Amino acid sequence: MTGSQPVLTMTGISRSFPGVRALDTVDLRLFAGEVHALMGENGAGKSTLIKVLTGVYGVDSGTVTLDGAQVSFTGPMQATSAGVSTVYQEVNLCTNLSVAENIFIGREPRRLGAVRWGEMRRRARALLARLDLDIDVNAQLGSFSLAVQQLVAIARAIDIEARVLVLDEPTSSLDAGEVAQLFRVMRQLRDEGIAILFVTHFLDQVYAVADRITVLRNGRLVGEYATRELPQLSLVEKMIGKELRVLERLDGQPRAEVAATAGVPLLDARELGRRSAVAPFSLTIHEGEVVGLAGLLGSGRTEVARLLFGADRADHGELRVRGTPTALRSPVTAIDRGVGFCSENRRAEGIVPELSVRENMILALQAARGWLRPIPRRRQDELVERYVQALSIRPADPDVPVANLSGGNQQKVLLARWLITEPRLLILDEPTRGIDIGAKTEIQRLVAQLSDGGMAVLFISAELEEVLRLSHKIAVLRDREMVAQLTNDSSVDADRIMRVIAAGATFEGVPS
Amino acid sequence: MTTLSLTAARTWSRLPRRHVPVLATGVLLLVLYGVGVSQYRAFSNVQVIFNVFIDNGFLLVVAVGMTFVILTGGIDLSVGSVVAMTAMVSAFLLGRGAPAALVLLVALLIGPTLGFLMGCVIHFFDIQPFIVTLAGMFFARGMCTFISDSSIPITDGFWTRMSQERIGDPSGNFVSISVLIAFVVVAVAAYVLAYTRLGRNVYAIGGNAQSALLMGLPVGRTRIAVYTISGFCAAIGGILLSFYTLSGAPLIAVGMELDVIAAVVIGGTVLTGGSGYVFGTVLGVLVLGVIQTLITFDGSLNSWWTRIVIGGLLFAFILLQRLIGIRYK
Repeated sequence: MTGSQPVLTMTGISRSFPGVRALDTVDLRLFAGEVHALMGENGAGKSTLIKVLTGVYGVDSGTVTLDGAQVSFTGPMQATSAGVSTVYQEVNLCTNLSVAENIFIGREPRRLGAVRWGEMRRRARALLARLDLDIDVNAQLGSFSLAVQQLVAIARAIDIEARVLVLDEPTSSLDAGEVAQLFRVMRQLRDEGIAILFVTHFLDQVYAVADRITVLRNGRLVGEYATRELPQLSLVEKMIGKELRVLERLDGQPRAEVAATAGVPLLDARELGRRSAVAPFSLTIHEGEVVGLAGLLGSGRTEVARLLFGADRADHGELRVRGTPTALRSPVTAIDRGVGFCSENRRAEGIVPELSVRENMILALQAARGWLRPIPRRRQDELVERYVQALSIRPADPDVPVANLSGGNQQKVLLARWLITEPRLLILDEPTRGIDIGAKTEIQRLVAQLSDGGMAVLFISAELEEVLRLSHKIAVLRDREMVAQLTNDSSVDADRIMRVIAAGATFEGVPS
Repeated sequence: MTTLSLTAARTWSRLPRRHVPVLATGVLLLVLYGVGVSQYRAFSNVQVIFNVFIDNGFLLVVAVGMTFVILTGGIDLSVGSVVAMTAMVSAFLLGRGAPAALVLLVALLIGPTLGFLMGCVIHFFDIQPFIVTLAGMFFARGMCTFISDSSIPITDGFWTRMSQERIGDPSGNFVSISVLIAFVVVAVAAYVLAYTRLGRNVYAIGGNAQSALLMGLPVGRTRIAVYTISGFCAAIGGILLSFYTLSGAPLIAVGMELDVIAAVVIGGTVLTGGSGYVFGTVLGVLVLGVIQTLITFDGSLNSWWTRIVIGGLLFAFILLQRLIGIRYK
């Protein structure tokens, strides 16, 4: 392992975008039979580096060598045929095609130019068996969960006789069991001699599977380390490049005592439900209260949020806002009543990539005022300036198109959009998913501040620790049913919530 | 309660959703035919069906090309004008005494060339297919009147033979050569879509062009190819139309692109791309043809009723697609 030649070397890679220097003389080495973790905050340049590696972007300067020979891929297809395969964060497959076809399209087994469907299915089944995935290869990919789609994407990548496999945040939408399965596959591939580049935000996962770590910060190389020689704390320090005080302070501080739950609740859902989305549930949210929603992927967390925001219409039960029965027919009604919703899917449902940071932030407030009453430019500047500062959005230029920002910074812009409208209740659906630890901490701190200031927050997250740290009350969902509501006191910890998720309501007495 | 509804949803999802629109069209066609047979004794005559094919053979060919385009999520508004221009050019060249083989060659080259150019503009300049093919439509229509502002009759021997040749069985039922050509086009297209890389790439691009690009599929080449194919089918359609009418007229096939799009959509191809079959398009064209025949049989109804019925059907099928789309999620 040590002393051997790297399979792939990137040297002195630089790449700029309008207004952003995404990569500045970055080096990366990948060795055969190793899992190499690429770490860094959002905006550190990980995604750009990968896109340079796979030929999606060209470079301003720097070289890439594969097996000692300099290469310059002009596109993913060329990279793939040279043995560099990539599985991206968002599954880049075609959901309208079958599983087998998604694995083989572009290099289907053929006879005289005709696709051999039988052979293709047989090979797809064999390949998926190697990944322990037992699914109907004829079924449309769209009928499977995101996790299965991810594994299909990996099956596609490894079938190309890959020498280098790039996994760009493959675990961000997988549950623990699926992650374990993925790691088993990764170790197996590593032992077969493939060099794996693994990008993730989950520190535990890095230490579980990676042999070597490269850290980037603000588009520059911080260093390359052997995993066992780099303690977790120093890794975090290298990533965020500042003292960990912020992180520790938040960690050490248990959430304030339960907010005043007397009086009329801000939001009172009674037996609210929607067929085939979520079973009827009752939930109250008071001013200044943070209510956490815990549950596995697909347990109905987002569905609850969409009902409370009026994005879906309830077909059961009623909703009271400050005691007044209110039918949320559309998000407009909800926004009118002071509810804001930060969607989990920021690409598809939140950010308008072509618009600038300023325009994205102003959007919701302008919509609330009506388009006939434009917000004066000076007022816009004030607001935008304030939130760019408060959320430390980088780059701090309000006129850059949001598309040029990293994921974490886009998330902050989205958050700012709702904060500007000063909502009474802010629904945050996975606000910290896929963003780095520094931005994560900032967002968590912000949620705590907002709640201390009297805003109610519905906080949805797959990370139990995060929910526990922030919430006054935790509602647990399981199979699209709210199975428990726990007051977050000292008796509640991650173990107990996991037991509830695993067992359903049978163990816990549920006050509803 | 909840469990029940969830189970029901799952069972529903096991149905082959992508086949639902085609099945619906098939059922609709049977119903229409049933209505015809129960109302008019002569309707059950096999020749009625053959006539539907004879009258709509050129439409079918053009619709096959359009199916390729719509499967990628695009649209081609130029086909009606290209059909007319092909017929015009053929009639004009034949009138000048050019040999039939040469005329065929030239006529069959015009459509795909225009399609190729439009595909290049759509791909390289990243412009909406709608506007590019709209420009193509005006251009081709303009070329028709440029050639001649009145109808040109065709008297060429080959054309007349193709027009009058009847291929039939002993009982007297027959089809024209155009119908056979249309069937060949349908068969080739179905094969290409199901069994070649080009065909599969068409579906992939319609499903998610961005993903297709990242999977290393030749997105640009495929996009240009589908407009070329559509142009080629429109050219064949133009030749078939000139067989049928034995003339070229500058204002023939006006608005035909809309009939073609209607037939493709009624045939179950989703307008956003990625889902649909050539077989569905055949059914879609038949539905249009049978409605026309029904209205002709009735005799008292204005032929514009065809349009009204097609409008209603189109609306219903787009709603159906939308409903399936929601279930699909």
